[in-house]
Amino acid sequence: MSFLEVLYFIIPSAIFYAAPLIMTAIGGVFTERSGVVNIGLEGIMIIGAASSIIFNLTFADQFGNLTPWLGLLVGMVLGILLSSILAVAAVSLRADQTVSGVALNMLGLAVAVFTVKMLYDKGQTDSITERFSRFDIPILSDIPIIGKMLFVDVYATSILAIVIAFIAWFIIYKTPFGLRIRAVGEHPMAADTMGVNVTKMRYIAVMISGALGGIGGAIYAQAISGNYSATTISGQGFMAIAAMIFGKWHPLGALGAALFFGFAQALSVIGSSIPFIKDIPSVYLFILPYVLTILALAGFIGKANAPKASGVPYIKGKR
Amino acid sequence: MSKRVVNILVPLISIVLGLIIGAIVMAVSGFNPMDGYIALWNGIFMDTYTMGETVRQITPYVFAGLAVAFAFRTGLFNIGVEGQLIMGWLAAAYVGQAFELPTFIHIPLALLAAAAAGALWAFIPGLLKARLQVHEVIVTIMMNYIALHVANALIEVISGGAERTPKIHESASLRSEFFESITDYSRMHWGFLIALLVVILMWFILEKTTRGYELKAVGFNQHASQYAGMNVKKNIVLSMIISGAFAGLGGAMEALGTFENMSKLHGFTGIGFDGIAVALLGANQPFGVLLGAILFGSLKNGGLNMPSEAGVPVEVVSIVIALVIFFVASGYIIRVALERFSKKKKEVK
Repeated sequence: MSFLEVLYFIIPSAIFYAAPLIMTAIGGVFTERSGVVNIGLEGIMIIGAASSIIFNLTFADQFGNLTPWLGLLVGMVLGILLSSILAVAAVSLRADQTVSGVALNMLGLAVAVFTVKMLYDKGQTDSITERFSRFDIPILSDIPIIGKMLFVDVYATSILAIVIAFIAWFIIYKTPFGLRIRAVGEHPMAADTMGVNVTKMRYIAVMISGALGGIGGAIYAQAISGNYSATTISGQGFMAIAAMIFGKWHPLGALGAALFFGFAQALSVIGSSIPFIKDIPSVYLFILPYVLTILALAGFIGKANAPKASGVPYIKGKR
Repeated sequence: MSKRVVNILVPLISIVLGLIIGAIVMAVSGFNPMDGYIALWNGIFMDTYTMGETVRQITPYVFAGLAVAFAFRTGLFNIGVEGQLIMGWLAAAYVGQAFELPTFIHIPLALLAAAAAGALWAFIPGLLKARLQVHEVIVTIMMNYIALHVANALIEVISGGAERTPKIHESASLRSEFFESITDYSRMHWGFLIALLVVILMWFILEKTTRGYELKAVGFNQHASQYAGMNVKKNIVLSMIISGAFAGLGGAMEALGTFENMSKLHGFTGIGFDGIAVALLGANQPFGVLLGAILFGSLKNGGLNMPSEAGVPVEVVSIVIALVIFFVASGYIIRVALERFSKKKKEVK
């Protein structure tokens, strides 16, 4: 296999594995920027994955090709619902955000597996018939080298994820709404004094993360795994949080980090069929994203600073 | 209402609310909640075998809860108990099968190895927190995944490519013929006595030693502790090391008592995450943690009986536990409600 062939092989699958991570990581950017730590993204992805699969299995006959897209919407809605529990606990009831996030993860997994067992009498669903399919982008795919690398066999969900990342960058940095979200996360009291509704902004940001996390889970389920069981989502949510930190709480940084982590995941899955890489024990590829995140946090790869008020409940009138 | 009463009422109310919502979930799904909870009760107390198994389940929960609670007291959130427990499990399983020694050396050596492995895994986030102010939550989560993959790779190395490590030697086993005979051959083992000792040890460290006083002081106010001449960085690292050692010992219970080996893990054991619930419910007090572990360990083990006896998926128990965490964490609202309630009473009087 020549080097170029290896690239043709691995870059599309890296983007393919990165799509759910990008979505969820962007969701993480929104909540952390508003000052709420959302450890519960893993649980939100689980609910998104399970609900989209259940929807897909039930309605594939009625909606045909459209089913996976509607599945994304279902995952999104349930993601918002689950995240609103976190919003109530962390924003209104001043609960410890990390603790409630952990509880959200447990709840998400338990509810998903419970529902699947109720509906199908077994821990694993059947495989869906209507999946996201790949296609070649006309004209662009004819470009030599790059065309074959980036525009052949593309998943629409990957394009969606990348587009969402740029939209998120625009919203957070170029609109008044984004400025308010950032203000609420850096210095809620100052924002409050200027008439920004801190509670409202944080609720919205947490729900955006729920929506994107739910979509992320639904993409993973309907494009990559094709069914749902308790181990379908195992760590992707945390990896997305890692991507957000590695990307220094910036949407485009998160996009880049998620693409890189997708690359590492793709390597660990298909690496065994590539020369050189198959000689590396897979454990190194498995732990690579996590080690890199720790190094990034420790400041070895440029200092990353979290939003100042991240993780601190805002209590009016308290200094 | 005194503060002490409120502090006890909040977890109790949370448990009741969790169980009520669990019942609603069962009712909505078309089960009889009473049947479900009777099955749960039977899964805990039905006969000597289930009771022995319940004690076995409680044992690692005590360690996981103590680990989370100890770090909490120094103001650290150790979500990495899961990973530290996995490394401790692996270390104990390795020492148990690699050497042949007299029992009175072998068991302590295996326990020590497990504690050291857990402590090492917690040392890294502790050091990063103390030296570079890196938030320990994210680092410990990452360390969990690293532990999972590293342990699976090492199991393959130790066993020569097999799915599990070889069985530990008799001399390292915590199993007891006495417990087997009185509990109808359950897997109950001596570990729960070690767990009780560690509960007392944690109480002693925190309440009776200067070091424990410093650790708590750092948890209350880092700046004041620094001003009083305490070494904050050293205390942070030390707290994580002790916490990790507790978690590692929890892993040793699985290696030396329950399973007597270690199989490759496809996902997390969940004990470390449940430890957060245990610590939270026990208000980070050693004896509170013991009670929390008894409750959650019993629920977990009893839940296993629910599918066979009442047809209810075992996940109901996880839903209840997750809800209890939510309610305890949102204790603010329960406190407000209690205050309102007691005020009204006074007005009536």
